[in-house]
Amino acid sequence: MPTVAPLDLEGHIVATHFLGEIPLFASAAGTIHRLDGGEKVTEAHEGLLTCIRDPYSATLITGGEDGKVLRIAHDGSVTQLAEAPRKWINVVAGGPQGAVAYAHGRTSFVRLADGTTREFSEQRTVEGIAFAPKGLRIAVARYNGVTLHWVGTNGAPVDLDWKGAHTGVTFSPDGRFLVTTMQENALHGWKLDGKPGEARHMRMTGYPAKVKSLSWSVKGKWLASSGAPAAIVWPFSAKDGPMGKAPLEVGTRANIMVTQVAFHPAEEVLAIGFVDGMILGVRIADGKEALLRRPGKGAITGLSWSATGKLLAFSSEAGDCGVIDISA
Amino acid sequence: MTDTTTAKPVPVTVLTGYLGAGKTTLLNRILSESHGKKYAVIVNEFGEIGIDNDLIVESDEEIYEMNNGCVCCTVRGDLIRVVEGLMRRPGRFDGIIVETTGLADPVPVAQTFFMDDDVRAKTELDAVVALVDAKHLPLRLKDSREAEDQIAFADVVVINKTDLVTPEELAQIEDVVRAINPGARIYKTSRSGVDLAKVLNQGAFNLERALENDPQFLEHGHEDHVCGPDCDHDHGHHHHGHDHHHHDHDHHHHHDHDHGHHHQAPSPIHDVTVKSISLRGGEMNPERFFPWIQKITQTDGPNILRLKGIIAFKGDEERYVVQGVHMIVEGDHQRPWKDGEKRESRLVFIGRNLDVEKIEKSFKACEATQA
Repeated sequence: MPTVAPLDLEGHIVATHFLGEIPLFASAAGTIHRLDGGEKVTEAHEGLLTCIRDPYSATLITGGEDGKVLRIAHDGSVTQLAEAPRKWINVVAGGPQGAVAYAHGRTSFVRLADGTTREFSEQRTVEGIAFAPKGLRIAVARYNGVTLHWVGTNGAPVDLDWKGAHTGVTFSPDGRFLVTTMQENALHGWKLDGKPGEARHMRMTGYPAKVKSLSWSVKGKWLASSGAPAAIVWPFSAKDGPMGKAPLEVGTRANIMVTQVAFHPAEEVLAIGFVDGMILGVRIADGKEALLRRPGKGAITGLSWSATGKLLAFSSEAGDCGVIDISA
Repeated sequence: MTDTTTAKPVPVTVLTGYLGAGKTTLLNRILSESHGKKYAVIVNEFGEIGIDNDLIVESDEEIYEMNNGCVCCTVRGDLIRVVEGLMRRPGRFDGIIVETTGLADPVPVAQTFFMDDDVRAKTELDAVVALVDAKHLPLRLKDSREAEDQIAFADVVVINKTDLVTPEELAQIEDVVRAINPGARIYKTSRSGVDLAKVLNQGAFNLERALENDPQFLEHGHEDHVCGPDCDHDHGHHHHGHDHHHHDHDHHHHHDHDHGHHHQAPSPIHDVTVKSISLRGGEMNPERFFPWIQKITQTDGPNILRLKGIIAFKGDEERYVVQGVHMIVEGDHQRPWKDGEKRESRLVFIGRNLDVEKIEKSFKACEATQA
């Protein structure tokens, strides 16, 4: 069995991410803990709501109850990118050339590396935000659909409509698909490269709970999701994505819900975190499972692979976090 | 299982009331008085809240219709997210207060606490409290349906600013409130000075606790409650004849509703469109009752604001309590019937355009004694 190095922290830990080979853990209270030759702590927010890894740089981007948007480097240094006093910053995203997107209420913002900020008024409250993999373009999830904005030009926004509340959004790595999580227990997808008139909606339903975690496999062949007592993995390699296809169900357990999923950076191997704190590793090709961590004190809230894919960091809502060495 | 999942749900109080009814004054009292409890407050605008408190969260009201074919299944999307954020650090407060805008429909707020699994796992709707401005209520009722909905939906109604009206006017206001919602607990006060212990931590929305606290809760003719508009017995000493009203009476007298058999309108200052139906029956056959309540909430759900009841099932040793909002119905066993306690079923509907005769007849048909 792989070895687990535990890290017991105080309170709810919102997320964990590796920056290179250094794992960082973000607490709801607002502290950032990193394991860099011993545990080191940075006071970042007065109340932290979201923490993501910038896909374009070795930094974290965070949003908080204090209205701040921060960039946090691997050495724990903090740069304030924006502040909206008395607003909660629930959603942030990292884009190319140092761009950062965030939102509060019915306004989304993109801050460029030079400090200039573009502002977009939305129809409804922004629930999720993501950068497209190509070009400086964002997708904003909202009630009844998604709105796409080009950041660099003044072109009209594109609305992708689908009834219901969309709570999160992600592009496939090749940019051909856009997928949202919904308030209903479902995902919704749009094929973005279809010809005019071509059916481009994808309904991915059947979940017993809300989907809160999504992860694309390397090269975007698969999209793994939480929200069921197994990881639900949709095939996206075909021209029409998962349309007309059934998903794989891996790491199935009776009535124990999956709360987090994270694909390995190089292999088609999925780390699956459960509501009871257990973590499984599953190879997609044959469904073979490996127990990576036994159940703990609380639900898994974050999973992150190191750059080399040998270490897996996990965070939990009860504070019992750690790093798993799978090469051992 | 874990500390977080077994923790006691955090009580949520929903505070409704029109602009000027005194909500902000009440909130400022809750936040500043020393009652030994800390509250997180979710407001639409910081506005006049004069207390510097890091647990006041501003949130844009976002009503989401659920994609489940149920026209009245609406939730407050913004609340789901704010409550999720707050509940990650539950040790900071003892309860949550949600202040709605003056015009708000209280239903989506309440339904959020039923319909969202994450929210309902960690919180519990404690009570819906409606603040009413005694001076301006007649005008509010005249020009908006929301004012009536807020009263109809409340567990606790606080009639505020009583110092601005005469005792006769106040008595009329109280009658109107009781005509709209005979089951609500009513308190009269000025300057939002109501005893906070009567507003917070009530367990009023939880029918089981409400029944423990007030066993007469569903009793028709409870001395604190007056009859609804369909009751045709004398409406008691508060009522004054139509000929000696205060000066603004004429403005409200142009309604042309047909009051039929009523000797007098339930209130001379407002023709209520919400009514309550109190049903009483014997022991029920569950195989008839459950399909019946499902059907009635499906077909009449949009017109039902609240329903609450205690059901005696034949051969069942425990009382069954049921409650609902629009199309959502929940029920559970409460406690064993006590020795000598009359095993009967009582059910109250508060709503609009409800067919009393049909509902009464079909309810009766669920009795176990019916062939």
